[in-house]
Amino acid sequence: MTFTGWLQIGLILGLAALTARPLGFYMARVFSGESTLLSPVLAPIERGFYKLAGVAPEREQGWLAYTLAMLAFSAAGFVSLYAILRLQAFLPLNPQGFDGVPPDLAFNTAVSFLTNTNWQAYGGETTMSHFSQMAGLAVHNFLSAATGVALALAVTRAFARANAATLGNFWVDMTRATLYVLLPLSLVLALGFLASGVPQTLQGSVDTTTLEGARQTIALGPMASQEAIKQLGTNGGGFFNTNAAHPLENPNAFANILQIWSMLALSTALLVTFGVMVGDERQGWAFVQTVGILLVVGAGIVYWAESAGNPLLTTLGLDPAAGNMEGKEQRFGASMSALYAAVTTGLSCGAVNAMHDSLTPLGGLIPLFLIQLGEILPGGVGSGLYGLIVFAILSVFIAGLMVGRTPEFLGKKIESREIKLAMLAVLILPLAILGYSSVAAVLPSALASLANNGPHGLSEILYAYTSAAGNNGSAFAGLSANTPWYNVTTAIAMILGRFAYVVPVMAIAGAVAAKKKAQPSAGTFPTDGGLFVGLLIGVILIVGGLQYFPALALGPIVEHVLMLAGKTF
Amino acid sequence: MSTKSVAKHQLALFDPAIIGAAALDALKKLAPHRLAANPVIFVTEVVAALVTFLWLRALFQGGADPSFSGQIALWLWFTVLFATFAEAVAEGRGKAQAATLRATRSDTVAKRLIDPKNAAQTSGAPIAGAVETVAALDLRAGDVVLVEAGDVIPSDGDIIEGVASVNESAITGESAPVIREAGGDRCAVTGGTTVLSDWIKVRITAQPGSTFIDRMIALVEGAERQKTPNELALSVLLAGLTLIFLIAVVTLWGLAAYSGAQVGVVVLVALLVTLIPTTIGGLLSAIGIAGMDRLVRFNVLATSGRAVEAAGDVDTLLLDKTGTITFGNRMASEFLPLPGVSAITLAEAALAASLGDDTPEGRSIVALAKADYGATAPDFGDVKPAIVPFAAQTRLSGVDIGDRSIRKGAVEALFRFIGLPSDQAPAEFRVGVERIGNSGGTPLAVADNGILLGLIHLKDVVKPGIRERFAALRAMGIKTVMITGDNPLTAASIASEAGVDDFLAEATPEDKLKLIRKEQTGGRLVAMCGDGTNDAPALAQADVGVAMQTGTQAAREAGNMVDLDSDPSKLIEVVEIGKQLLMTRGSLTTFSIANDVAKYFAILPALFVATYPELETLNVMHLASPQSAILSAVIFNAIIIVLLIPLALKGVAYRAVGAAALLRRNLLIYGLGGLIVPFIGIKAIDLFVAALHLA
Repeated sequence: MTFTGWLQIGLILGLAALTARPLGFYMARVFSGESTLLSPVLAPIERGFYKLAGVAPEREQGWLAYTLAMLAFSAAGFVSLYAILRLQAFLPLNPQGFDGVPPDLAFNTAVSFLTNTNWQAYGGETTMSHFSQMAGLAVHNFLSAATGVALALAVTRAFARANAATLGNFWVDMTRATLYVLLPLSLVLALGFLASGVPQTLQGSVDTTTLEGARQTIALGPMASQEAIKQLGTNGGGFFNTNAAHPLENPNAFANILQIWSMLALSTALLVTFGVMVGDERQGWAFVQTVGILLVVGAGIVYWAESAGNPLLTTLGLDPAAGNMEGKEQRFGASMSALYAAVTTGLSCGAVNAMHDSLTPLGGLIPLFLIQLGEILPGGVGSGLYGLIVFAILSVFIAGLMVGRTPEFLGKKIESREIKLAMLAVLILPLAILGYSSVAAVLPSALASLANNGPHGLSEILYAYTSAAGNNGSAFAGLSANTPWYNVTTAIAMILGRFAYVVPVMAIAGAVAAKKKAQPSAGTFPTDGGLFVGLLIGVILIVGGLQYFPALALGPIVEHVLMLAGKTF
Repeated sequence: MSTKSVAKHQLALFDPAIIGAAALDALKKLAPHRLAANPVIFVTEVVAALVTFLWLRALFQGGADPSFSGQIALWLWFTVLFATFAEAVAEGRGKAQAATLRATRSDTVAKRLIDPKNAAQTSGAPIAGAVETVAALDLRAGDVVLVEAGDVIPSDGDIIEGVASVNESAITGESAPVIREAGGDRCAVTGGTTVLSDWIKVRITAQPGSTFIDRMIALVEGAERQKTPNELALSVLLAGLTLIFLIAVVTLWGLAAYSGAQVGVVVLVALLVTLIPTTIGGLLSAIGIAGMDRLVRFNVLATSGRAVEAAGDVDTLLLDKTGTITFGNRMASEFLPLPGVSAITLAEAALAASLGDDTPEGRSIVALAKADYGATAPDFGDVKPAIVPFAAQTRLSGVDIGDRSIRKGAVEALFRFIGLPSDQAPAEFRVGVERIGNSGGTPLAVADNGILLGLIHLKDVVKPGIRERFAALRAMGIKTVMITGDNPLTAASIASEAGVDDFLAEATPEDKLKLIRKEQTGGRLVAMCGDGTNDAPALAQADVGVAMQTGTQAAREAGNMVDLDSDPSKLIEVVEIGKQLLMTRGSLTTFSIANDVAKYFAILPALFVATYPELETLNVMHLASPQSAILSAVIFNAIIIVLLIPLALKGVAYRAVGAAALLRRNLLIYGLGGLIVPFIGIKAIDLFVAALHLA
C-alpha cells in the first residue's frame, strides 16, 4: 500500500461527495416539479410526452397503483427486449451477422437488463448486434435506472409527507428521471469518455496486424455512449466481456476516474436528495457518511489484501512488493483496482476493471460481502437509497427502543406493519443467494460449470448468485454461466432481488405516507448524527451480513487460511 | 389500620412462593400450542425435540457420541424452560395479587331494593322490608342496592342518595376513609370497598364480571394479556431474524456437502439455536408483564399494555396546577406593613387575627409570623379573647380582645369594616395590592382597632423540587402544560415559578379537549389526568388518560389508567415507567443480537475444523475442542436467559436525560456489552466443560 494509492482512493470518493450536493439539490427540484436550468428546453418535450402517452402528470398514485404501473412497465420492457434479442438476426444494424440469442440466454439477459443487474452470461462483442446493444440493452440501461430512481422517489415522498394517500406518479417520475437526469448527464459523460479515447462508432470491427505479426479482429461499436449510461445508471454491462478492464472501454487513468465517479455520482446524490426532500439535509449526509465509511473500509481491505500479495507467488520468486497483480491492469494497479472493486460491488454496478476471480481470497471476500449487504453502499441508482432506508428502519426499531419511545424514523412511527414488510424484504437476499448456492453446490450439472474446485469453486457459485440476487451483475468469472441451469436460476434470483424486494418496500412507503409526522423533540432518537451512523453500520453488518458468515467461512475465508498454509485451487 | 391491601402488598422480586409456583407453571407452558405465539422459543422447542430423538436413537441403535447429543438436547430444553420460567415468574406476582382481590369479591351479599321504581323506597331513609338479599354476583346494571354501615359495597355504582364514609383500602391500599355522597364528582363507589358509617343507596352501573375489581383481577393476572403494538412489531422482527438464520443454517448443509465437511444435524441445530435471538425471545413477554406489574405496584392500573407503551411515547403532559404543581392551598409568604408600621406589629396583629382561623391559610399565617418574624401571640391579660370566625357575609375573620378588634380579610371587605373609602387608602397600600395581584397572589388586609396596618401576601406555593422535575422532563423531550382555573396573570406567574413550558388559564373542560386535539394534530402524544365527569371527554381523547380513583365513574371509564392513590403528580412517574418498559425491550434486543458475533467465533471453526484444520486460527477464544466449543455456546445461550430475568423484571436503569445521551449509554452497555460478554462467558463455560470432561 502506498500513500499515493490511498490518496487516489480518497480523492475519488471525495469528488463523488463533492458533486453529491449540487446533483442532489438539482434532483430534489426536478422531482418536486420545480423548474430547473434545463426546464426551458426540456419542459415542452416532457409535456409532449405526457400528451402522447395520455398521462395526466398532476394525478398522483397510491403505493399500489405506483407499484403496479412499475411492474406493468417492466413486464412490457421484458417482452420487447426478449423479442429483440431473439430476433436480432432479422433486425438492422447487425454488421457481424450474429444469430438470434438462444432462449435461455435471451431470458437471462432480458431479465438482467430489466433489473438493472447487467449480469452478462455472454460475451457482448461476440453475441450482440449493434441494434441489440443500442435499441435493446442501452435503452434498458436508461429505463432500469430511471425505474430505480422513480421507486426511490416514491419512498422519499412517503417520509416527506404526512397523512398522504399518494406517492407521486410513476410515469412522471420515469420521464423526469430519464429526461432531466440520465440523458443530459450521460451526454456530458459520453463526451468525457470520448475525450479520454473511448471509441464511438457504428463500424463492426477492424482487422489489424499486431506487433507480433498476428492478425487480430478488434471489435468496435458505440462504446462511449454505452459506457456513460452503464456507469451512471449503475448497470455495469460492458460492451466487452472483460468490461472496464478492456483498454478500449477504459483506456487510461482519466477514464478510470471518470468511471468510478460516474458510478458513485447519482446514487450518492440521491441520498442528499432524500435528505432535502424530507426536510433534513443532514439525514442525507448521515447516509453518505455511513456509505463512505463502509466503502473506505471495504476498499481498504481489498487494497491491503492485494498489496500483501500471494505468498504462493512469492515463493515462486515473484517480487512481493508488486502485490497480487494477477487479473489486474498495469495502468490501474492495486489501489485503483481495489477501489473499483469495492465501489462496483457496494453500488450494484457490476462493471469491473480487474478480474474479481483473481483477487486474493480476502480481496475477493469484500466484493462478495458488499453485495450481500444488500447493495446499499450507496447501491444501485435508487435501489440503494430504498435499501438503506429499510436498514435505517430496522436500526431505528432495534436501538430506538433504547431511548424509551416507540421508534420513529423522520417523525414516522415504526410499527409492526413496517417491520413485517422490512423483514420480508431483508429475507429475499439470503433466500435467493444461499438457497440457490446450496443447491448448485451439490447439483452435478451446476458443478460442471466450475473452473476451479475447493473453496474457490464455492466462492464462484456464491458470487454468481450473490451478484444476481443483489442485481450487481459483476462476475467472479471462472464459472461458465451460460448454461440453462445458471441462465434460468440466476434470472430468477435477479427477479427476486429486484421485484420481490421492492414490492414490500413500496408497501412500507404506502404505510409510512399515511402516518402523521411527529415533531422531533429532545426525546426523539436523532437519526442524523454520528451515533446513528455508527448504529446503522452495526445493523447493516449484523442483520444484513451475519447470515452469510457460514457460507463465507467455507468459501473465501477458508481459502485465505489455506493460501497462508500454501494450498491453492 | 388495615394493611390487607392488594396494591401496596409488596412481594420481593424472587419470593420463594412465587418461584415455586413459577417453576411448575414453566413446565406447563412447554405445551407447544402455548409456545406457538413465540416463534423463537417455539423453533427452539422443535429442534430440542429433534435432538432428543437423535440422542435416543444414538443411545439405543448405537451412533455417534450420545453423550454429546444428550447434553445438547438437555441444554436446549433448558433454554426453552428458562424462557417459560421467565414468563411464569413475571406472571406469578400478578397471580398472587389476583388471589387476594378475588377473596374480597367472592361471597359478598347485596341488599337490593325490590321495587326501585317506587319513589318512596328510593328516597328517604331505608325502609325495612323494602330490600331483598341477593348474591353480589347476581346484580345487574340498573339495580339499586342499600348499603349500610359495615356492609361491603357489592358492585360498582353511583350513589343516588345518602352520604357515607367509605374505606377503600381493598382497592387503593389507603385505609383512611373517604366521603362519598350523592350528586357531584364524589358519587362513584367501587365494589369491594366497605361503608364505615351512615347509609347510601347505590345504582349499580357494572354488569356482572365487568366490575372494577374484575377488571383489576384480569389485569394483574394477565389473563387477557394481548401483545401490545410494539411487542408485536418486535415479535415480527425476531421471527424474521429466526427465519433468516434458519435459511443460513439449512443452506449450510449443501455448502458443507460441497466442501466435503461432515456436519451433523445436532451441530447445525446448535448453530441455529445460538444464532436466533433466544435471549430476547425468551424474555419478551416477561418484560411486558413486569412493566404492567411495575405500574400496579405503583398503584396505577392500566387497562391495556398499549396504554403503558403510549405513556413512554408521550410528548406533552397536561398537569393540573392544584395538587400537582402547587400545594392545594394558598399560603402566606410575606407581610407588607404600611409606612410607619413595623413589620413585627403587622405580624403580631396578623397572628392574633388568625389564632382562631383553622384553615390552611390561617395556619400558614401563624407559621409565617412565628417563624420568619419572631412574632408571639399578644398578651391577653385576663381578658378572654373572642374569636371571630370567617363569615361569607363579612369575608373577614379575626379576634376581639375586650373592645380591641383585630381583623384580616379581603381588601374591600376590610375597608368597609373600618369605614375607609377605598380611594383614600395610602398610595403605598395600593401599590402593594397591585404588586401582589400581579404576581398571582391574593392580598389580605389587616387592621387593628380600625387602623390599617398592612397586607399579607397569600400565594400558591409551588411544590419543592417540581422545577427540577420539569427540567428533567424537558431534557427527555416532554413538554409540560399547566392547566388551571386561575386568571392568566396568576397562571403566568405560577407557570414561570414552576418552570412549566406552557399553561392554560381559566381552563374549561372544552379548552382542555381543544388543547389535546391541537397537540395531537401536531403529531404529539398527550397525557393528562382528571377526575370529574366533565373531564371524561378529554381523558378519552388523550393518548394516556389517568383517572383518579376518587373520580366519577364516567372519568374512570374514559381514561385508560386509574390511579388508585388519586395523586395527579404521579403522571410523571407513569411516563417514566412506560419509557423504562420500552428501554428494557430495546436493550435486551440489542444485547441478544450483538451476542451472535461471539457465537459465530465459537461455533464456525468448530463446525469445519475437521475438514479444514487451518480454520483453527478463527478459534480466537482457544476453546478446548470443537465439541466443547459448541456445547459451551449452547450452555451460554441458555444460562444468559436466567441471568437476565432480574433485569427483565426490574427494567433497565432509567435516567431522565435526552434521547441521544440515553442511546449512547445504552448502546455502550447493551450493544458493546452484548459483543464482549459472550466471549468471556463462553470461554469460562468452556473451561468448565473441559475440566469436567463433559465434551
